Amino acid sequence: MSQPLDNSTNYDIASALKQEGLKLDDYKEICRRLDRPPNRAELGMFGVMWSEHCCYRNSRSLLNGFPTKGPRILVGPGENAGVVDLGEGQRLAFKIESHNHPSAIEPFQGAATGVGGILRDIFTMGARPIALLNSLRFGPLDDKNNISLLQGIVSGIAHYGNCVGVPTVGGEIAFDPSYSGNPLVNAMALGLMETTEIVCSGAKGIGYSVLYVGSTTGRDGMGGASFASSELTKESIDDRPAVQVGDPFLEKGLIEACLEAFKSGDVIAAQDMGAAGLTCSCSEMAAKGNVGIELDLDLVPAREVGMTAYEFLLSESQERMLFVVKPGSEQRLIDSFKRWGLCAGVVGKVLEDKVVRVLQNRQIAAEIPAAALADDTPINKHELLTQPPSEVKDAWSWNESQLPRLSSSGISSLLSNSKKTDVTWNEILLMLLDDPTIASKSWIYQQYDYQVQANTIIPPGGADAAVIRLRSQDDNDYSSRKERGIAAVVDCPNRWAFLDPERGAMAAVAEAARNLSCVGAEPLAVTDNLNFPSPETSKGYWQLASSCKGLAKACIALNTPITGGNVSLYNETRLSDGTLQPIHPTPVVGMVGLIDQLSNVRGQAWLSENDSIWLIGIPLEQLNSDEKRITLGGSSYLERIHGIVSGRPPEIDLTLESLVQSFVRKGISENYINSAHDISDGGLSVALAEACISSGLGASIQLPNSEVRIDRMLFAEGGARILVSISSENLSSWEDFIAETIPVDSGVFAAQKIGKVTLAANLLISQGSSTLIDLSVQKLKTCFNQAIPSRVEFQ
Amino acid sequence: MSIGVVVFPGSNCDRDVQWATQGCLGLSTRYLWHESRDLSGLDAVVLPGGFSYGDYLRCGAIARFAPVLESLVDFVDQGGRVLGICNGFQVLTEMGLLPGVLTRNRGLHFLCQTVDLTVASSRTSWFRGFDKGDVLTLPIAHGEGRYQCSEETLRRLEDEDSIALRYSQNPNGSVADIAGVTNSAGNVLGLMPHPERACDPLLGGIDGQIILKALLG
Repeated sequence: MSQPLDNSTNYDIASALKQEGLKLDDYKEICRRLDRPPNRAELGMFGVMWSEHCCYRNSRSLLNGFPTKGPRILVGPGENAGVVDLGEGQRLAFKIESHNHPSAIEPFQGAATGVGGILRDIFTMGARPIALLNSLRFGPLDDKNNISLLQGIVSGIAHYGNCVGVPTVGGEIAFDPSYSGNPLVNAMALGLMETTEIVCSGAKGIGYSVLYVGSTTGRDGMGGASFASSELTKESIDDRPAVQVGDPFLEKGLIEACLEAFKSGDVIAAQDMGAAGLTCSCSEMAAKGNVGIELDLDLVPAREVGMTAYEFLLSESQERMLFVVKPGSEQRLIDSFKRWGLCAGVVGKVLEDKVVRVLQNRQIAAEIPAAALADDTPINKHELLTQPPSEVKDAWSWNESQLPRLSSSGISSLLSNSKKTDVTWNEILLMLLDDPTIASKSWIYQQYDYQVQANTIIPPGGADAAVIRLRSQDDNDYSSRKERGIAAVVDCPNRWAFLDPERGAMAAVAEAARNLSCVGAEPLAVTDNLNFPSPETSKGYWQLASSCKGLAKACIALNTPITGGNVSLYNETRLSDGTLQPIHPTPVVGMVGLIDQLSNVRGQAWLSENDSIWLIGIPLEQLNSDEKRITLGGSSYLERIHGIVSGRPPEIDLTLESLVQSFVRKGISENYINSAHDISDGGLSVALAEACISSGLGASIQLPNSEVRIDRMLFAEGGARILVSISSENLSSWEDFIAETIPVDSGVFAAQKIGKVTLAANLLISQGSSTLIDLSVQKLKTCFNQAIPSRVEFQ
Repeated sequence: MSIGVVVFPGSNCDRDVQWATQGCLGLSTRYLWHESRDLSGLDAVVLPGGFSYGDYLRCGAIARFAPVLESLVDFVDQGGRVLGICNGFQVLTEMGLLPGVLTRNRGLHFLCQTVDLTVASSRTSWFRGFDKGDVLTLPIAHGEGRYQCSEETLRRLEDEDSIALRYSQNPNGSVADIAGVTNSAGNVLGLMPHPERACDPLLGGIDGQIILKALLG
């Protein structure tokens, strides 16, 4: 029999609390819940479970406003991943998660294990991972450190995803000085359910065995969850042991073995060991099942000798899972995991008594009521500003009259460089295409295997969203219907979120849905990743609260419930002068959509010569400065050309978004539309250039004569706008379709013919008799494709 | 007539090969677990892409000792057809069934692209219907696909007409643009491009069909 609890408290409370990232009030609360002081191992368990990473102590009250239910939502927030019903017996699990802090100090392994972790969230539910996406942020590429972070993180993602055999089909990347030293790595995974029942994490069955499967437990990744919940400093490099080391080869076996085990029906509950390792999986499984769990550390496969209970409990060694299994099935399951070269063994049992009891050397090393760890976790209360901070209000006061004079040939001067005068529109467009945030990301996505599994319909770079066919990997029946697909996208306009966190968050949702609509997919649901600076400053908390409000509003309006996600706070770097550099608020939206007919998928490239080019959304003539839904404020043009991050980003009109998007989806499903591309960073001219670059065809565009500033016409952003091309034989039925669908003078939106696709590979934009832009597609392409390689490849 | 697809624990294109051969082309296909030595009833064996046993040491260096491959040498001697795709090609060179080695790409990055290839030999029946000089379009996805061999081996390959495929635009620094080679008997083909990813019309090109159909003659 085990000996009573080791309740020694011979540790220095103040330094232990600091190490665990806990406050004195937390300690008092722990003592109250336990009715005694915790021992050191128990304190460590509370430290990780009560970190922002595990319990959302700063953000929980803000997340309550999210819409989480809908007819298609099978599993919402709280489980390992969200699950949506796709109809026809298919269900999709998906989730996004960050690995920002680990990637900042150990880019390769930090990013690799970020991928491994999100994959486990998916297959723990009984779903086979079918696609990966990622959202990345870096500081500018003129700094060697940022280049090496980019190289390390991209190869880490490639290493893990490529080896494990899940295609990385899409993503987004942006560069801004605020991310120097604190890059963001958000990985999203999608999986197709292969089991009849969704595998959940609540333990059941008193006396049933707890089975440990996967890799061994070592000292790597100690306390990663608490480390992820504090700011980065120069000394953070010393925390490198808190970064785990991933083994995608083991994970590949773990996927196969777990799916086999789940299909056998022998597994009652499953929980992966991610943040906070054994502590988190035991307490979550116990608390959710309203039971207890006993864990004998002497039975846990260890990769090192002499590990203390504290180290076992807080280790974040990768590729490990915990199951509760049916009595009698233990040996069968163990054999099946061993076949894949994995560890497997019974390490404990389910208890009626609702405690997490940890044994080591026949002594109770820790014993905590499961609810004390996992339920009613502390909330940090913050005062919410009633007004935007003054620097934000100042930025909003910027207006276009502060820009230099312009003419049809260009702009008289640049605010960023007084020596440069009379800059042509051609030069400006090329400068925008050379902006790494806008430019081609092929240097990055070619390092990812985006084709494995033989379902990738639209590879990265081909359209506004990635598209994969829905086909089970077990299904070899070629004759059955396999015409349905899933579209997925990640998005976040961080510059807008910085200038206006609510509008930025709304825009992230709106653009993600617009991207899905452009390929012809019906948006279904969202997973969100809130990357923010410290919530402990009034501005930081205001940014977080405003973004959450924006996300909630937009997800409600666009009918895309949030099924879960991740919160990453304290993304800031302490600079050498002692000041803190916070990141731009970055509420990343991952969205999935359903495609009923894969033959109806559209790319962004023009298809054929003489197709007419149309602009859907707010028409160009309406772009006077009273129109707040389209603006140069917060635009790429303003930042890249004039060196200003200011102004107020566009107002997000969700009714307009919804109408424009459903109009385009309908136009696609009825086969009028040949290509569709949303207008995003860099405005109309960049969107046109991208459609030319993807197709190799040219375009001839005639802008309406108007009083509107030319740079506003060419480069302003916002307005739910989509570029489509229509073949000439469809033109009259398309015009009928417009007349039927958009009421005349609806005042909401219009479809406006602006030009045509040309065989001559030139982008020509004119207004009246003046030529504004005239560039060869080859020139556009070279500039667009070389922007990133020319900055990062070893010279 | 049946095809066996070897499954190492780290194979990740095994299912894609089966989808292509069985699903798209209707060729009878079964999996061969790496610990099994039973190749009975098979006319062809595919070593698929992936990372065999993790490949942390050197691609294919551990896989060459796999039980399933012990039987493969006899199988080849008896004229059985063997196709090594990507990691499978690496394993075949490690086993010595094909000459040369595959090292890290010239650019040191993993590379996923769709590339043009020219058929460099019409000696074997792997490219039936294609003439020397014809162009195929196939996807590649590898980090270690740079084919290297001694000058002497290269001369021998050329003399016996065993260079099967060459890249039109060399993506990885391979010697003499080599993308695939056969053994002198012609029944073993190793190539870095993935023919199984170019069999399904819904995904794009179908130039890979010819190579997989050749598995069963």
